[in-house]
Amino acid sequence: METYYDPKDLKKFSEIGEGAPELWKKFNDWYSEVFKEGALSEREKALIALAVAHAVQCPYCIDAYTQACLEKGADLEQMTEAVHVASAIRGGASLVHGVQMKNVNKKLTM
Amino acid sequence: MEARHKSMKAFGNELAAPEVQLEIINRKNGFPAFDSKYKDTGEDKLRAGKIEILQINLGKMCNQVCKHCHVDAGPDRKEIMSRETMEQCLTALKNSDIETVDLTGGAPEMNPDFKWFVTEIKKLDKHIIVRSNLTILVTNGFEDYPEFLAENQVEIVSSLPYYKASFTDRQRGSGVFEKSIKAMKILNGLGYGKEDSGLIFNLVYNPVGAFLPPGQECLEKDYKRELAKNFGIVFNNLYTITNMPISRYLEYLIASGNYEEYMEKLVNAFNPEAAKNVMCKYTLSVGWNGYLYDCDFNQMLELKVKTENSRHIKDFNQQILEGREIITGQHCFGCTAGAGSSCGGELT
Ligand code: SF4
Ligand code: SF4
Repeated sequence: METYYDPKDLKKFSEIGEGAPELWKKFNDWYSEVFKEGALSEREKALIALAVAHAVQCPYCIDAYTQACLEKGADLEQMTEAVHVASAIRGGASLVHGVQMKNVNKKLTM
Repeated sequence: MEARHKSMKAFGNELAAPEVQLEIINRKNGFPAFDSKYKDTGEDKLRAGKIEILQINLGKMCNQVCKHCHVDAGPDRKEIMSRETMEQCLTALKNSDIETVDLTGGAPEMNPDFKWFVTEIKKLDKHIIVRSNLTILVTNGFEDYPEFLAENQVEIVSSLPYYKASFTDRQRGSGVFEKSIKAMKILNGLGYGKEDSGLIFNLVYNPVGAFLPPGQECLEKDYKRELAKNFGIVFNNLYTITNMPISRYLEYLIASGNYEEYMEKLVNAFNPEAAKNVMCKYTLSVGWNGYLYDCDFNQMLELKVKTENSRHIKDFNQQILEGREIITGQHCFGCTAGAGSSCGGELT
């Protein structure tokens, strides 16, 4: 069955550079700089990336960053907590918008 | 994958045979041959240099049956080094300028002549490393071994695949983490791993699955922080080691459907700088039966050194062995991936 997402496509990511090589190079340089050890360790950065991957629900990123987390020394417990952080923010973000609902409700109702 | 209680050999698994493993590993699957990739280092062929370490495998017998074991070791394995072969090792050491002796296994302590051998090597004034799996040190009948090792100033290198129980027990067997912590506390109590004690205690990380190891330096910080915080344990250095696609780890890779991708990862991560420093360049490996190999991995694949006139420790000839051409295969990509891997950790 054909699907929009194919795991093999992840390996073709660099082909995006064909349309705009300069931009691709800039993106790549910046990207690899971002993930280097700094104030945060590489493991911590990989866990943040994994959480964001779940928030944006990108299957490529989930695949790549589960692997990256393991290769940076994280385990299932740390990765699961990271996913919970993403989920809590997503859930919380919906819930906190309830304040807007309440504002509108207050204005429109007696 | 279920916990294992016996070696592949005991189960009659055909993968226990080195020739079956070699047939699988050396199918290129579209990847370049290790030999041709090695040329990226600027050297034509992989050759041994000066032998600095004699790594002696005292046997395949072990109290553990880890899932990734490249020795296919276990309690059912009876192949262990005899005293006669040990004596031949001592003669070779006497006639050489090799400074370090690295004792491995299996669990080297399970060889009944282990203590005698260590004492004799010590008389030759060599630095001794023992690769101890930790749990043996808290096993009945071996309780006095930590003290014996400390008295002889033996450096200890031990596997602890993670600083938490989950990963460690999945790879090495249920309860191994707890016993390892107990053993590490005993070693620390003797001064092992403590600054200025002169008793070196290093740990080894290896991935619990089909992925490459993290950077040694970063992970060492995590290990030191977590082991100190949770258990008050200290150690000197952490070595990160890549799992080699042979023996029981090969069995795992195939059974879990990860083999092709793992090999691809190793090949794509080939690092010429790591390749320049692979351990076979300065280590010679001795099998339980006295035969010589370029490394412990080649030993398990039964690939004896090329030097026909010096292939057994009784015929040890340093001059012939230094400069020998190393026998390579696609498994060698395990030593050259990323920052590289050896019994002493990263290579770059
Ligand atoms: S990995 Fe080490 S401790 Fe585990 S079974 Fe093999 S020899 Fe024994
Ligand atoms: S597997 Fe052995 S022979 Fe091959 S590169 Fe590694 S140490 Fe050398």
